[in-house]
Amino acid sequence: MAGIYIHIPFCKQACSYCDFHFSTNLKNRSRIIESIIQEMIMRQNYLEEEPIETIYFGGGTPSLLTKKELDVVLNQVYKTFPIAKEVEVCLEANPDDLNKQKLIDLNDLEINRLSIGVQSFHNEDLIFMNRAHNSDEAKTCIKTAQDVGFKNISIDLIFGSQTTSNQMWEENLNVFFSLDIPHLSSYSLTLEEKTKLDYLIKTGKANKLDEDKNFQQYLILQDSIDNNGFEQYELSNYCKNQAISKHNTSYWSHVKYLGLGPSAHSFNLKERQWNVSNNSLYIKGIAENNLAFEKELLSERDRYHDYLITRLRTKWGILYKDLETLFSKQLIEHFKNKSNLINPELVKKESSGIKIPRQHLFQSDEVIRSLWLD
Amino acid sequence: MDNIRNFCIIAHIDHGKSTLADRLLEKTATITMRELQAQTLDDMDLERERGITIKSHAIQMKYMHEGIPHILNLIDTPGHVDFSYEVSRSIAACEGALLIVDAAQGIQAQTISNLYLALEHDLEIIPVLNKIDLPSAMPEEVKDQIVDLIGCNREDILSASGKTGEGIAEILEAIVQRIPAPVGDPSAPLQALVFDSVFDSYRGIFAYYKVINGEIKKGEKVKFVNTGKEYFADEVGVLKLKKEARDSVKTGDVGYIISGIKSAKEVKVGDTLTTVANPCKEAIQGFEVVKPMVFAGIYPVDTEEYEELREAMEKLQLNDASLTFEPESSAALGFGFRCGFLGMLHMEIIQERLEREFDMTVITTVPNVSYYAYLNKTPDVPILINNPSDLPEVTILNKVEEPYIKAQIITKSDYVGSIMNLCIEKRGELLNQIYLTTDRVELVFHMPLAEIVFDFYDKLKTISRGYASFDYHPIGYKESKLVKMDLLLNGDQVDALSALIHKDKAYDLGKRICLKLRELIPRQQFEIAIQAAIGAKIIARENVKALRKDVTAKCYGGDISRKRKLLEKQKKGKKRMRQIGNVEVPQNAFMAVLKLDD
Ligand SMILES: Nc1nc2c(ncn2[C@@H]2O[C@H](COP(=O)(O)OP(=O)(O)OP(=O)(O)O)[C@@H](O)[C@H]2O)c(=O)[nH]1
Ligand SMILES: C[S@@+](CC[C@H](N)C(=O)[O-])C[C@H]1O[C@@H](n2cnc3c(N)ncnc32)[C@H](O)[C@@H]1O
Ligand code: SF4
Ligand SMILES: [Mg+2]
Repeated sequence: MAGIYIHIPFCKQACSYCDFHFSTNLKNRSRIIESIIQEMIMRQNYLEEEPIETIYFGGGTPSLLTKKELDVVLNQVYKTFPIAKEVEVCLEANPDDLNKQKLIDLNDLEINRLSIGVQSFHNEDLIFMNRAHNSDEAKTCIKTAQDVGFKNISIDLIFGSQTTSNQMWEENLNVFFSLDIPHLSSYSLTLEEKTKLDYLIKTGKANKLDEDKNFQQYLILQDSIDNNGFEQYELSNYCKNQAISKHNTSYWSHVKYLGLGPSAHSFNLKERQWNVSNNSLYIKGIAENNLAFEKELLSERDRYHDYLITRLRTKWGILYKDLETLFSKQLIEHFKNKSNLINPELVKKESSGIKIPRQHLFQSDEVIRSLWLD
Repeated sequence: MDNIRNFCIIAHIDHGKSTLADRLLEKTATITMRELQAQTLDDMDLERERGITIKSHAIQMKYMHEGIPHILNLIDTPGHVDFSYEVSRSIAACEGALLIVDAAQGIQAQTISNLYLALEHDLEIIPVLNKIDLPSAMPEEVKDQIVDLIGCNREDILSASGKTGEGIAEILEAIVQRIPAPVGDPSAPLQALVFDSVFDSYRGIFAYYKVINGEIKKGEKVKFVNTGKEYFADEVGVLKLKKEARDSVKTGDVGYIISGIKSAKEVKVGDTLTTVANPCKEAIQGFEVVKPMVFAGIYPVDTEEYEELREAMEKLQLNDASLTFEPESSAALGFGFRCGFLGMLHMEIIQERLEREFDMTVITTVPNVSYYAYLNKTPDVPILINNPSDLPEVTILNKVEEPYIKAQIITKSDYVGSIMNLCIEKRGELLNQIYLTTDRVELVFHMPLAEIVFDFYDKLKTISRGYASFDYHPIGYKESKLVKMDLLLNGDQVDALSALIHKDKAYDLGKRICLKLRELIPRQQFEIAIQAAIGAKIIARENVKALRKDVTAKCYGGDISRKRKLLEKQKKGKKRMRQIGNVEVPQNAFMAVLKLDD
């Protein structure tokens, strides 16, 4: 079992909070697509013939690509890798790209999951975030997607922004639940260096982020999730009827993945590597048959820490049987000693393992640090 | 002996002593071009990084004058006030001094104080106007100032640039012609003045001396007159860029000795060195013992590193006899040391050397000066208080005295008003105001030493835009209305944060310290109450709210490495925190009181 991630490094405009890798200059677009195809061929053995269960177009803004472009890439994936029967093919889309024709095209391409970057249903938020769409477009595109036949839809909503009052946040959630979609990714706004938001705060043009409000909105989210039959299966991910994101879940489940395109990350259980976050350097590397990337070999210490980081975000938590198969006796001993010292309120111990109850997921780094190796 | 000249270079900080020394070393070919760097003599990492001289540095040069080889022993000295004792010792080994004055800045406070030190020892002063290459140089004006200050002839002032090398030849000539050769009796019993000692981890302790009478020979049995200790002179020699062994060092010359001395305490700077076989009659008059001005506790962040810290301090002391320390314990911090420093820069440097050279992570507590407390039952017996926690209870306390200094500030007349306000705010009393020229003023104040410990320098620099220089001397103790202010974290008193402060300022300071701590103590799982108290009375309170969010909620896709690195970093940061009760307090919070305005 394995996954493929394809990074589409272009956006129409830069959102104020975002530090993901993208360029707003689309001139390299066709060369990037060619290079991604080339990379796929170069690295076809990376996943060692494991069947592909998930294919994920992320970004940047994959919905900027034409039907043709997506088709070429997808076809190459199907040609190059063994594909599992029930493969999840997901695409991140921005509302402003999702007109009816676009949605029909995506459906034709057998993309079977959409992750739509709504962020908010309030124009005030959207303007502050410098998003390219407005509230109406957000609502309309979801309805159209459903009309076209998409069932497995997720949207992204951000809370804790300076412009978002608790009431506005509740309204966002109400709109979400009224739309009858099975999945929500809801992120607390994270301040990243060198973003416009960072600049605004540093120069006093925007207020600092309000941690207390942020937490209140997390609690509001928790309540409304309960009241609407949703389940939190990861720190920032909620679904009903088991409609989890299979692809993202693989990141937290010790599964191999191949990341294609600039800045994409790959993992083969022993190493992690990531492509250069620069479109020209990426293209140049591929052209010279010399992929530009950085790699780290994972020590047992790293693998243990990665296991803590990924698993403690999820409702499944740490499983003793995983520890047994993945780590040495000494490490398991360390884990046991440390887990006995953790503030008992923050963790839930079960016979099969340890997890963080969801009301404390917001403090999960504290738990992770207490289990860390010195 | 007639061909030896011993001189030091003295000046206000940054007036270009070490750079000028470079040029002299270069001109006399004492060091090769390859060995030469900027401020070659500043060979400690810390000196190089900060661009200041911390320790005096002696070096010997050869110079041909009218066909006759001369030996010139140069001692470069530090300019910062904290290290003025280094200047005094160097002066004692010399017959002359180059008094350097920056042509753009003119006479500054340490120019004057170091000049007086040199005059007390009857040194021949050669005034040098330096940095004449600077566009902002005011040579004529500064020459006026120099003439006024030392009463020399205008023509006696040399002009030079350590940058371009201009005037260096004239300086060397003047050294030979104007500075007298040392006087001494080569046939008398050995009498050498020990003016410095350094520790070398490979070779042990080196003592530096100037031979006043007689000579010191390799292999002889020697004796330090004051300590009475005897050693074999395993090696003697002169101080080139590297040390050069000789069979003997003769009258008037400056040299070193290695003699199996184990601990720095065995060598007292200022002691007299003589031979066991033929001892001199009298010891040379030594130096006053340097007294620490500022005290602070130094504690290991990790309580288990106490012994390691002790070893590190002992080693540091080998190189820096002015550092004092004795064990103390704190309820909040466990075992550590109460250390005495010459000033705030000295304290900072010690902390930095501990971290850098010995890989120790330490907490330095709020610095304080030493006080005298008097009890009601024995109102005439002073009790020395070097730690605020030792102050007796108010109920039995009769009075407290604190050390005062005489402060001298030289500034431009534009800033006189704001500097006076600052000094008055710092409980200073103006004694004198002298116009040195129409726009340069000297202000003389009496003020409590404790006030300059707390953010005085920085404020002085800010309000004068750098155009104020400052010097001070202790003048004794005076009674003061001092109270002990305690700080409490979640109700528990943290002794390491206690400070003695003036009663009238207590409320204001308490408030500001609480606010500063609120900024420095990171949010934790629970709310933290920070309180300032005098006795049982709470005078200020702030809260650090409980940490609600301790996670990056944003999705990083498959990028797990980034998060792992972030957590590794946080984990490292935790190692620099000290758990007090259930509160984790970062290292820098203990110095919070010093940085109230940042
Ligand atoms: N333009 C110019 N700059 C100089 C000259 N001499 C020194 N400097 C600069 O002045 C600064 C201080 O020089 P130092 O030689 O370190 O001064 P110092 O007197 O030894 O300083 P302390 O030992 O810390 O008291 C450095 O940045 C030098 O580069 C000079 O003749 N001309
Ligand atoms: C990298 S974006 C790609 C998807 C698409 N370009 C979009 O913006 O809709 C994935 C999601 O991460 C979230 N995100 C990006 N930066 C964030 C930040 N600084 N804080 C919180 N969430 C963030 C947004 O919700 C965004 O939809
Ligand atoms: S949030 Fe999405 S659309 Fe906005 S800049 Fe980031 S990747 Fe592009
Ligand atoms: Mg210097």
